[in-house]
Amino acid sequence: MTLHTAAPPAAPTPTRRRRNGHRVRGWGYASPTALFVLVLFVVPLFLVFRMSASRWPLLSGDQGINFPDNFSAAVDNRFFVDSVLFTLKYTFFATILLIGLGLGLAMLVQESSRWKGLLRTSFLVPSALGLASASLLFYVLYSPLVGPLAPVMEHFGWSFLGTPNAALASTLFLIVWRYAGFYMLLMLVGLQAIPTDIYEAARMDGASRWHTFWRITVPLLRPTLALTTILCVTGSLLAFEQFYILTKGGPDNSTITVVQLIYSVAFQGQNDLGVAAALSVIVLAALVVINVVQLRAFRGSDES
Amino acid sequence: MTIAGVTHHPDEAAVELRPTRAAAPTTTLAGVALRTPFWVFSGALAVIFLFPLVWTSVKSVSPYPGTGQVDGWGFGNYVTLAHYQAGIWQYLANSAFVSLLCVLLTLLISTLGGYAFARFRFPGRNALFMLTLAILMVPYATLLIPLYVLLNKIGLGNSLVGVALVLTMFQLPFSTFMMRISFESVPRELDEAALVDGCSSFAALWRVLLPAVRPGLITVGLFAFLAAWNDFFAPLILINDTNKMTLPLAVSNLRVQVQGVIDYGATEAGVVVLALPCIVLFLLLQRHYVRGFMSGALKG
Repeated sequence: MTLHTAAPPAAPTPTRRRRNGHRVRGWGYASPTALFVLVLFVVPLFLVFRMSASRWPLLSGDQGINFPDNFSAAVDNRFFVDSVLFTLKYTFFATILLIGLGLGLAMLVQESSRWKGLLRTSFLVPSALGLASASLLFYVLYSPLVGPLAPVMEHFGWSFLGTPNAALASTLFLIVWRYAGFYMLLMLVGLQAIPTDIYEAARMDGASRWHTFWRITVPLLRPTLALTTILCVTGSLLAFEQFYILTKGGPDNSTITVVQLIYSVAFQGQNDLGVAAALSVIVLAALVVINVVQLRAFRGSDES
Repeated sequence: MTIAGVTHHPDEAAVELRPTRAAAPTTTLAGVALRTPFWVFSGALAVIFLFPLVWTSVKSVSPYPGTGQVDGWGFGNYVTLAHYQAGIWQYLANSAFVSLLCVLLTLLISTLGGYAFARFRFPGRNALFMLTLAILMVPYATLLIPLYVLLNKIGLGNSLVGVALVLTMFQLPFSTFMMRISFESVPRELDEAALVDGCSSFAALWRVLLPAVRPGLITVGLFAFLAAWNDFFAPLILINDTNKMTLPLAVSNLRVQVQGVIDYGATEAGVVVLALPCIVLFLLLQRHYVRGFMSGALKG
């Protein structure tokens, strides 16, 4: 304790030495962290802004400043508007589904019993898989040739990835399968923090389950709901693997997300890192705005 | 194998939302009758969650016409997988190398950093901690384009070491936070006693504190492993040599072999090889997995 509190007045010299020692050793132990954060985070962050304002082809590198050409090229890209709209649509559905189902599953399994422990484990197992592995798994599962529902699909002349809406719904199912357990876990942590006696009191007052849920659980769960919503919105806006592997942006380029657009502008065809960097800066700015708005909204409803 | 982390305080865990239903004792006939719809419903949900994994495992040893496993049960699909391009052993070795390097670096850096943040006062301490957490705020994709340029410049382009370094950086917000609160939860008297006895601060860390923060280390290591083993985007962008691909990339490319025909059996075998270590580790270390979320969520 004494190491951090004010120096005892009787012994100034050892304290100063100790404080200097703190400085040196503190930075010594923190220096690997500082090095990594500086070289692999701060420098690239500056570099992406620099790149977004420069002509920067994949192979020949920096060709000098051309601001704001990359930004106008980014916005003029023929998939820009569609990918933004699709990403927002996907984010909306993914967030509603994951928050709703995460809370539902959490309430289903929150009391402790052996059976509920087993349920929790089964909901959580998919979250140990990588998103790429899960996408590959569902790629086969949704196959009209070998998937378990192939005969049904053939009978109705329908397929999981055949139309834009079916492809979106199928991807959402994959995401729910992979992440619902993860959100259940976060919700469980939040539910545990609600004191039991509040529920006792509500029961004494004869409150219905419906009332208890909306008047007690939801308001007291607000910090958890804020955290999970922000996590889910951020993660969904940056969706890549599930579409890159599962739908490959199809059918008819209907499922291209913004990050997929960045990837394809940078490495598939156009090979223009400058425009890709401009798109990245736009995403970064949008994300900052969206998260500030969300934080405000959750704080605002806290005060009311 | 239940999640002990969430429920190890029985009184706290038993937040009762359904008093009427829970009041019905399950041993009586009426209790069982009340409970049955719940069992059926929740059991069906569990089946939905487990079915894709079971189906894939079974089908990976099932026959597909025109593939490595033409008829009968067997490991033909795994043989196809094993001989894909540079061979599965190469890709497994690449993935294992990246994952182990990422785990070791993450443990090393976050242990030293967590110790510094928890036990020392130094100028810039809070700024560095906040900057480390800020990594979470910046989208992965936004950083990978400049990282691609940067790594090429410093001679780590198209290199598995480069991929491991990048993945380690992305692990730092969680792992530094986790190790900091792990060290902070150890009573100060413990390392102060060691320092008074003449230990250096490093000896105090190594001999006295490390054993005390072991659960934190396991959680950090588990998360780093799962993230690195499963990562797809970083190697997709940073690696352009087929011999250096990691397993997720290799399995993803393997889908389309000759003439655009998709080898479903080999893909399933690949998914099983990818998923198996993760599921085994998850089941073994489930408590630590859950703990990671608890500590993160409590302060977040």
